[in-house]
Amino acid sequence: MSLQATTWQTVGPFFRIGCQWLNKDNLVGEGVSGERVTIQGRVLDGDGVPVPDAMIEIWQANAHGKYAHPEDTQSKLLEPGFTGYGRIPTDDDGVFRFTTVKPGSVPGPDGGPVGKDQAPHILVSVFMRGLLTRLITRIYFPDEPRNATDYVLNLVEPERRPTLIAGRVAGSPGVLEWNVALQGPDETVFFELSS
Amino acid sequence: MNRIAGYRPLYPGTQPELLHSPYVSSSKRAPTKPLVRMPFTLSEVTGPSIKPEQVQPKASDLTRQHSGEPIGERIIVSGRVLDENARPMANTLVEIWQANASGRYHHDVDQHNAPLDPNFTGCGQAVTNERGEYRFVTIRPGEYPWRNHYNAWRAAHIHFSVFGPSFSTRLITQMYFPGDQLLPYDPIFNCTADEKARNRLISVFDWETTIPEQALGYRFNLILRGRDETPMEEK
Repeated sequence: MSLQATTWQTVGPFFRIGCQWLNKDNLVGEGVSGERVTIQGRVLDGDGVPVPDAMIEIWQANAHGKYAHPEDTQSKLLEPGFTGYGRIPTDDDGVFRFTTVKPGSVPGPDGGPVGKDQAPHILVSVFMRGLLTRLITRIYFPDEPRNATDYVLNLVEPERRPTLIAGRVAGSPGVLEWNVALQGPDETVFFELSS
Repeated sequence: MNRIAGYRPLYPGTQPELLHSPYVSSSKRAPTKPLVRMPFTLSEVTGPSIKPEQVQPKASDLTRQHSGEPIGERIIVSGRVLDENARPMANTLVEIWQANASGRYHHDVDQHNAPLDPNFTGCGQAVTNERGEYRFVTIRPGEYPWRNHYNAWRAAHIHFSVFGPSFSTRLITQMYFPGDQLLPYDPIFNCTADEKARNRLISVFDWETTIPEQALGYRFNLILRGRDETPMEEK
């Protein structure tokens, strides 16, 4: 039997009433190991204007490179204090901010170089009024040698790759900046998942 | 080495284009560059699992979240969450939010000149059972005007958000009501090119879930992306 996936619709301007109960901007529970990092940024529309009614969702592995999910059968350590999920709305200035740990690396895709792990990355879904579906993107980490061989980063033309890599914030150790530009010269790279 | 089973490609035309000019807000917010196609990796076939105990049982009855009863017509909205292979999606979170009976959201940005209802917040959560079934008791939402174009009105709708088993199965959509005269004029409802796909967003009136003397029943099934069935194993 074959059905067709339901069509997406926009979250609209009022999603906060239905979504805020699950907001989570600190992914680090008790006893969680790994390098703490706060990632902050803004969501900007085609005029460069901050978007105050956007929401992002985060999905990532823990510091050992293990996802808290039954399909991750790697023999790496799971940590009960870390689910890897976050939900963060933008504020009146279009700013989002969340605290997590830098994920470990996870296996690359089938068809990629066998045994070649992906560079540490965080999956992001972007939702807002005006978007008819979510947008899917990734956050990578600065000064990370594994970025050079990352299968997914290498699908992106080199001049656009910097939109996926968070930057250090001068004078603020442990803080990274990563923005979502919906349009314009620095338009963020968004992905389409396809077999 | 483990093989990653991906998800089936989406049927052409059954999902909205990112830029849909009749929906004015999409013009400054839809990306202008093509999406970069990427394969499914372990990151995309795993995803957050919301524990059922995070959801209060009373969260699925939107008419009993305050001291009094909300104004409006009580309805039962129920259905199943399945994947494209018709497998029930058990233990998955379903979130809804909606306007009240007069077409006003309990949200400070909504300035529509219609009354708020102190007994209706308009949001709920449920977790599907083993058969993938969910059920909400709520109030039929009102239509409301918006500023997209002259004399623009949204058809009555309920927002749905579903997680499913992985990052790839995430779905946010809107459920509509049969016979709504505004549907042909609603640019959000009409943003999907495929007419059949669009019409599957319209719920079906249902005697079976209608409660005598109490509430009409509407059924609305949600279909999440399904796994590619072709064998991936290398011989």
